[in-house]
Amino acid sequence: MRILLALIAGGLFGAGLHLSGMTNTDKVQGFLDFFGSWDPTLMFVMGGATVPMFVAWRLTPNRAPLVGGSFPVLPDPALDRKLILGAVLFGMGWGLAGLCPGPAVASLSYGGTGGLVFLVSMIAGMLAAPPAKRWLDSPQALA
Amino acid sequence: MPMDWIWGLIGGLLIGGAATVYLLGNGRIMGASGILGGLVDGSGRNAWAERLAFLAALVAVPAILQGTQVVTAQTNLTPNIGLVVLAGLLVGLGTRIGNGCTSGHGVCGISRLSPRGIVATLIYIGAGALTVVALRSFLGGL
Repeated sequence: MRILLALIAGGLFGAGLHLSGMTNTDKVQGFLDFFGSWDPTLMFVMGGATVPMFVAWRLTPNRAPLVGGSFPVLPDPALDRKLILGAVLFGMGWGLAGLCPGPAVASLSYGGTGGLVFLVSMIAGMLAAPPAKRWLDSPQALA
Repeated sequence: MPMDWIWGLIGGLLIGGAATVYLLGNGRIMGASGILGGLVDGSGRNAWAERLAFLAALVAVPAILQGTQVVTAQTNLTPNIGLVVLAGLLVGLGTRIGNGCTSGHGVCGISRLSPRGIVATLIYIGAGALTVVALRSFLGGL
């Protein structure tokens, strides 16, 4: 059941990214280009995606997921430097190439060599994150 | 294209539907960086099968849409391979340090009115916008 639901979710996610044009880096960089010829498409994608999820979150209290277990607890709302530094680095990479993790995976079949190079580099970056987080948590990083 | 925003809205609803299935069904946040990252660094070892299934469908469905030419897309990724490598490293490192990307912090976090998700989204959009300005100004375009 878990696997079937994951296949459905991944497939819907892929279809949505493909149809909305979010695997097209021009549209993503066009959205980020607020001072140039701004492309609002990404805003409609985010807006559209938020609607079903807003309802879904309202359904979670006092219920359990279909497969059992419990819903993810809301993390401590405190902002820490890992969140902020991570978002800054991610935003820089996102602006440079116009790809984020979802579309990078979704466009694998037609992204060519460049798309594959991006995906491999992204995985390398992900592997570098655990030691980087350990360092950010250590006392010497406070200096 | 003038119809782009309609496709954006339709695609967005599908993405939101996907996140809803993953949340109400499996009880998990649909974050692309978390699902892939947990698989490659071993932190998500316990749920490796559902992560792999999610990623396989995420690759397969756009491949089918593209292959059958129902709806075709192109990535228009920059041919500058150095830029692609740097961008990939930053996206991979940043999303795992910050614990989320456009789907996790953006779609799932904003709809939950999570302060962390909203702040992260504002920061990465701001950093992305400044980066695009810098690219256009100093590197003569994209």
